[in-house]
Amino acid sequence: MSHAEQDEDSHYVDTAPGDESLDGYEAAEEIRTYLVGLGLATLLTLVSFFINRTALVWEPSIPVALAVLAIAQMGVHLVFFLHITTGPDNVNNVLALAFGVLIVLLVIVGSLWIMAHMNHNMMPIDQIMQMQS
Amino acid sequence: MSAFDAAVGRDGPNHVERAQGSPDIQHSAKHAAYALASKRIIAGYGFWIFLLSDIVMFSAFFATYAVLVDATAGGPSGQGLFDLGNVGIETACLLLSSFTCGLAGIGARTRNGFWFYGAMAATFMLGAAFLSIEIREFMGMIALGAGPTRSAFLSAFFTLVGCHGLHVAIGLLWLLTMMAQVFAKGYRADILRRLLCFSLFWHALDIIWVGLFTMVYLMGVTQ
Repeated sequence: MSHAEQDEDSHYVDTAPGDESLDGYEAAEEIRTYLVGLGLATLLTLVSFFINRTALVWEPSIPVALAVLAIAQMGVHLVFFLHITTGPDNVNNVLALAFGVLIVLLVIVGSLWIMAHMNHNMMPIDQIMQMQS
Repeated sequence: MSAFDAAVGRDGPNHVERAQGSPDIQHSAKHAAYALASKRIIAGYGFWIFLLSDIVMFSAFFATYAVLVDATAGGPSGQGLFDLGNVGIETACLLLSSFTCGLAGIGARTRNGFWFYGAMAATFMLGAAFLSIEIREFMGMIALGAGPTRSAFLSAFFTLVGCHGLHVAIGLLWLLTMMAQVFAKGYRADILRRLLCFSLFWHALDIIWVGLFTMVYLMGVTQ
């Protein structure tokens, strides 16, 4: 088997031991992680869709609840699917993620804030029309 | 400290701890292998930075959409256009495909061809189902006269959702490529690293979809 030989070689050159081959026990463990992630993500999705239609929740709170549920689900995806953890191998990934989140928040919150102010300060559209004519 | 050391995180506190707890030679040899982070970890880190930059790009589209969501120019708003049933099916497809994509990664690392090809095929089917539902939704909206040229709201909608759909389409092509590469070259270390990057990409698409169905569809219908 030439593949097996290549695998043996590339193990030493490329990878830390145990990085890219799993025995049955480790595989079962990983599948369990994915199942937990799938369960949590499904639950959060269902709650999102449910909360959107129900009259049980005070209506103005719905967008906030949806945002919280979405952020929670993104966290579930990051931990259980992308395996962003607090382990030593992951310090750089977490730092990069923190920077990414900072930029995303700046872009979205900043845009909404500035554009809301500009909308608020803009002259009503019929007055602009009057000035043009 | 070189940039490489910084990227690898060689001087993390956990490594020191690990070294102190292992006096025997065999273990410190193993430690040396850990200290030079494996190519797998470095490749994953590099691709993760690419994904974050992709997410930053999406955040600009999200911000554009949020600003323009009320600018319907007298045309239809999300309330009349969005069908939450469709969106629910799309969400289920993408979430399940994320799960099967993870199974495919496990299949590849246990060298189990049945699991790997089966899970990859399932991922492809689910992704293709997602994409076809989305394309049908777009065609329906355009047929109703609610195409991207109708209003600023619809331009932003088609840009944001279409860009995500484009990513899914590229992901599907990449998925087929990975299946072909594993078939032709076997479970080589470099192929497995590409597979890792692919599964990171696919999971990241699902994360973006979570933001999308919440902000565009669910909030669009309640407004």
